[in-house]
Amino acid sequence: MSHLNPDILKRCEDTLALYPKRRSALIPLCHLAQEQEGYLSEAAMIEIAELVGVTPAEVQGTASFYDMLHLEPVGRYVVGVCTNIACLINGADEMLEHAESALGTHVGGTTSDGLFTLEETECLADCDRAPCVQVNHRFVRTTTPELFDELVDDLRAGRRGDEIPPHGTLVRVQRSGGLRASADEIAGQRSKLRSEIEGRAKR
Amino acid sequence: MALTDAAPIVTSRREFDDSHTIDRFLATGGFAGLRKALSMTPEAVAAEVDAASLLGRGGAGFPAGRKWSMLRRADLAYLVINGDESEPATFKDHLLLESEPHQLIEGVVIAAWALQVNQAFIFIRGEFALGLERVQAALNDAYAQGALGQNIFGSGFSLDIVVHPGAGAYICGEETALIESLEGKRGFPRIKPPFFPAAIGLYGEPTVVNNVETVSNLPWIIENGGAAFAALGAGRSTGTRLFALAGHVNKPGVYELEMAKTTFRDLIYAPSLGGGIRRGNQLKAFIPGGVSAPWFFPEQVDLALGQDEVAEAGSMLGSGSIVVMDDSTCMVRAAWRITKFFSRESCGQCTPCREGSGWLERVLYRLEHGGGRMEDVDLLLDLADNIAPGLTWPPQQTTICVLGPSIPSSINSAISHFRDEFVAHVHDGGCSHG
Repeated sequence: MSHLNPDILKRCEDTLALYPKRRSALIPLCHLAQEQEGYLSEAAMIEIAELVGVTPAEVQGTASFYDMLHLEPVGRYVVGVCTNIACLINGADEMLEHAESALGTHVGGTTSDGLFTLEETECLADCDRAPCVQVNHRFVRTTTPELFDELVDDLRAGRRGDEIPPHGTLVRVQRSGGLRASADEIAGQRSKLRSEIEGRAKR
Repeated sequence: MALTDAAPIVTSRREFDDSHTIDRFLATGGFAGLRKALSMTPEAVAAEVDAASLLGRGGAGFPAGRKWSMLRRADLAYLVINGDESEPATFKDHLLLESEPHQLIEGVVIAAWALQVNQAFIFIRGEFALGLERVQAALNDAYAQGALGQNIFGSGFSLDIVVHPGAGAYICGEETALIESLEGKRGFPRIKPPFFPAAIGLYGEPTVVNNVETVSNLPWIIENGGAAFAALGAGRSTGTRLFALAGHVNKPGVYELEMAKTTFRDLIYAPSLGGGIRRGNQLKAFIPGGVSAPWFFPEQVDLALGQDEVAEAGSMLGSGSIVVMDDSTCMVRAAWRITKFFSRESCGQCTPCREGSGWLERVLYRLEHGGGRMEDVDLLLDLADNIAPGLTWPPQQTTICVLGPSIPSSINSAISHFRDEFVAHVHDGGCSHG
């Protein structure tokens, strides 16, 4: 019985078909698994390990290196406030303090209703709209405390769901599968292309 | 020096809100460069890029043509595009990924043709959810147009491109760490030599890693010729470049400027560019090329935005990001925050970087927040000297990659120009800025 739901499992298989080596899909698969529960549960890591052909420890050891991969549950909305240099000198500390009081949690914490996790992030590369705030890795461009409060109200009321889907940076990335086909066809086309390339390599 | 009216190369579609769509792309000359490239030999395409003297736009400024020429001759090789833009205050690839995804793909196909590579990857920073979505949509369009996949535009050349999401680690911008990450591992930079993945790269095979902005220039270079590109700019700094301006300016943003023709003063103060410093404040310091670069001060504001001009003045143009700090800025706080960044992002492989960054960060923290000691100022310099001996620029290498030796840049800059502020922090028991 698969832990990952059928839709995500299907997309995992499509993603695996994109790479010459299965292990390359490890991080994309972690992103996909996080769509289901927001974080990488033990069951998810075990399944990813089976899919890419490594041990569960290797999945955990790799995932723990990356800021976006969570090994503990997070809220429905992960709110990131950048405090790096361009934001720092444009009121980031004040914004982060405001976020803590508006959400009622501290950096690294999750609200008791499970709605919000607050993170202090490094530079998010949107420095002309400082201080920079992301929710589930969508730039929300709330540069003032007032705009931040509006955003929180909207999220609490379930608005902006289209703009900010729950969890997962790949939620709206619809892969046609490179060579445009179903997973089986992609795999077929790719292995054809690859054997063509490798055949040349042997000559 | 004055502003030039050179037409933009990589942001030519910026006036259109739908610049990311295939329709707009095709209506504005899309794929013309690729079609021309495919009518030329791969060697001729590479020769044009050589003639353009295109310098890599990722940070190191290495000539793209030379990087290509180092690719070990092999039939199985890879092209990897670095879109993991994470150098603080750099946000130009972010713009290109979201607004010019087709131009990027066209550039990748041209590069792949020149290198005779059949598999490419575009590594995109994981935090760029919209960029990932746009580039993938553009890839799907390109396959549909026959600009990608098997037998591209009937040329017999085949290329497959995979969009690969990062997962949040600054170090993956370093090309060997990026390759490790693309192999599904922790982003640990590889030991050099080999200095270039052109020898041993992805899956151990020869690999070229190029920055997003670098390859985005290729369609224009092929369409207009390398000589036309080299005619722009001055000296080694040819063509145009994206400059990301942030901090205390009235109009922060990404500006495409002819290289080495505009000064920092123009960029910061010209009404059509930065529009001056906020609230009429005075310039205190500015960082010319990402936080790895030594800082500049008002006396350097008339330098041109050129690779060699900035290097000769003791810093680097790096990733093309400029952070402006006005006279209200606390230099201890700025140095502390930048050092905290490096401490968080150190991959942990090398002792000078792993231990040194954290130690420096803790000393700066206590200076900023009260608890600093008078000897801390020299302690900072001593620690920094252990990571980058001599505190020279470019720094001496004590670690596998350049992250570690870049840490002292901001500390050394701040102390050498504003030592009195550090001393005041000790006397005042912390920061007295607002």
